[in-house]
Amino acid sequence: MRKVSTFNLAAILVGIAFLYLPIAVLVIYSFNASRLVAVWGGWSTRWYVELLNDRPLLDAASISVRLALTSATVATILGTMAALALVRFGRFRGRLLFAAMVYAPLVMPEVITGLSLLLLFVALAADRGFWTVAIAHTTMAMCFVTVIVQSRLVDFDMSLEEAAMDLGAPPLRTFMVVTLPLIFPAIAAAWMLAFALSLDDLVIASFTTGPGATTLPIRIYSEVRLGVKPEMNAVCTIMVAVVGAAVIVASLCAKLTGVRGTPAHV
Amino acid sequence: MMAARQSGSILQKLVLRLPFAWLIAFFLLPFLIVLKISLSQTAIAQPPYIPVFDLAAGWHGAVTFINGLSFDNYRLLGSDPIYVLSYVKSVEIAAFSTLLLLLAGYPIAYAIARTPRRVQAVLVLLTVLPFWTSQLIRIYAWMNILQRDGPLNDILLALGLVKEPPAWLATDTAIFIGIVYSYLPFMVLPLYATLEKLDERLLEAAADLGCPRWKTFWLVTLPLSSSGIIAGVLLCFIPIIGEFVIPDLLGGSQSPMIGQTIWLEFFGNKDWPAASAVAVVLVFLLVTPIVIYQNQAMRVLARD
Repeated sequence: MRKVSTFNLAAILVGIAFLYLPIAVLVIYSFNASRLVAVWGGWSTRWYVELLNDRPLLDAASISVRLALTSATVATILGTMAALALVRFGRFRGRLLFAAMVYAPLVMPEVITGLSLLLLFVALAADRGFWTVAIAHTTMAMCFVTVIVQSRLVDFDMSLEEAAMDLGAPPLRTFMVVTLPLIFPAIAAAWMLAFALSLDDLVIASFTTGPGATTLPIRIYSEVRLGVKPEMNAVCTIMVAVVGAAVIVASLCAKLTGVRGTPAHV
Repeated sequence: MMAARQSGSILQKLVLRLPFAWLIAFFLLPFLIVLKISLSQTAIAQPPYIPVFDLAAGWHGAVTFINGLSFDNYRLLGSDPIYVLSYVKSVEIAAFSTLLLLLAGYPIAYAIARTPRRVQAVLVLLTVLPFWTSQLIRIYAWMNILQRDGPLNDILLALGLVKEPPAWLATDTAIFIGIVYSYLPFMVLPLYATLEKLDERLLEAAADLGCPRWKTFWLVTLPLSSSGIIAGVLLCFIPIIGEFVIPDLLGGSQSPMIGQTIWLEFFGNKDWPAASAVAVVLVFLLVTPIVIYQNQAMRVLARD
């Protein structure tokens, strides 16, 4: 059993406090009865009640959730395909370009991804709205999916697939019955990450959106640019609670099934 | 798999071609368009730039297109101090906040790596968890704390450290706080990954031979964690340069970072060619550290 020194313990405690205190402050303020955010007026849930009457905000939330569901699902399918191609197809023509296009968006500033996609949509004279944002989010998220699924595929025990095919299973069936279940935890983690990325994104959505497709982050951003607002504390608290619960549940599931590459470790 | 490749079914081809086509259409092509528009002239029109490449015009059209390209936007970048200043500002902010992140992240990563295994997993989860919530929300949380009559000033006043509540928001200090807060997991994780593999017998050997602890740290621990340091530094430095949300919400308006300049040129001034040129230069600015990182990763792979 290793002994933890005082210095190490202090580093951990200060680090954790630094990471969680701001969120705790946000949560506490969201229950503040006073309209002046910084003046404590007692506990109250009035800002949560007011949210229910904020039609534009609820619309934005519903758009964001539909957007995240759509783009996470498409990104997971495309990203998994890309990972399979990179790990299993050996040296195909255009591999270098393909790999570069998979990794580049990971480090591309969001401002540039957003700007370039908008210019594409303008060049195509496409009506901007839900679908253009969905395409943008899919493109951004699929690269993260590829990296996660790829790391799982690299560890994959090929003899399992070979056994299935030796026993006469055709490739598609082998994939469905052997490969897919084994890499499924990574795919699920990747889907969750893609969902969170889409739900959180402000910059790319701002560039690629159009009339009638205001996402929740765009809405929040336009509200908080000029200062803190109690309603926004309440919305943000709800989002933190939802995401926090989802990640913890996913981590527990991953732990119970005993897999590596849980969402917390990607 | 050999059998599968020989069968060469349509499905097999689809697995490669579908994502390939998607990335060409929605990543490569858009970037080429940015490149092209950065060489166009600003026009008061929708879209606000000329020339537009017309495929129907054929060879003649291509010649006109190439003649119409102009490097004016890039000349503008060099001549107008606002662009140069915002590049310099971005690099400065990114460099200094990466240093802060290293100083803050190293002790945390080191401490986590020294705890019992079971605790390590929990601590890593706790470090990463805030990263899952929206960056916008995390930065907004700091707006609450840093406002003039917010909790930070309340504490400082109560402790008697300041007489007048200082203004935190709209300063570079606020930007640094926001960046360190947002990027801490990106620094801690790679550092933890290398420190966790550190062979403790080396430290014991140094101690047995009478080496003081600070010297052991300087001569043994630090060099052995260099790959983690490089990964952490680049993982933070590169995205911080293009950061938009943090400087926009926490920083002042007097000297914008490069991400803000692109945003402003685009949404504010509607100068698409200028915004595109700024973006192209930014990409080339980022390619250098990425190439360094790639080389480093290759060397680590070769060594292991």
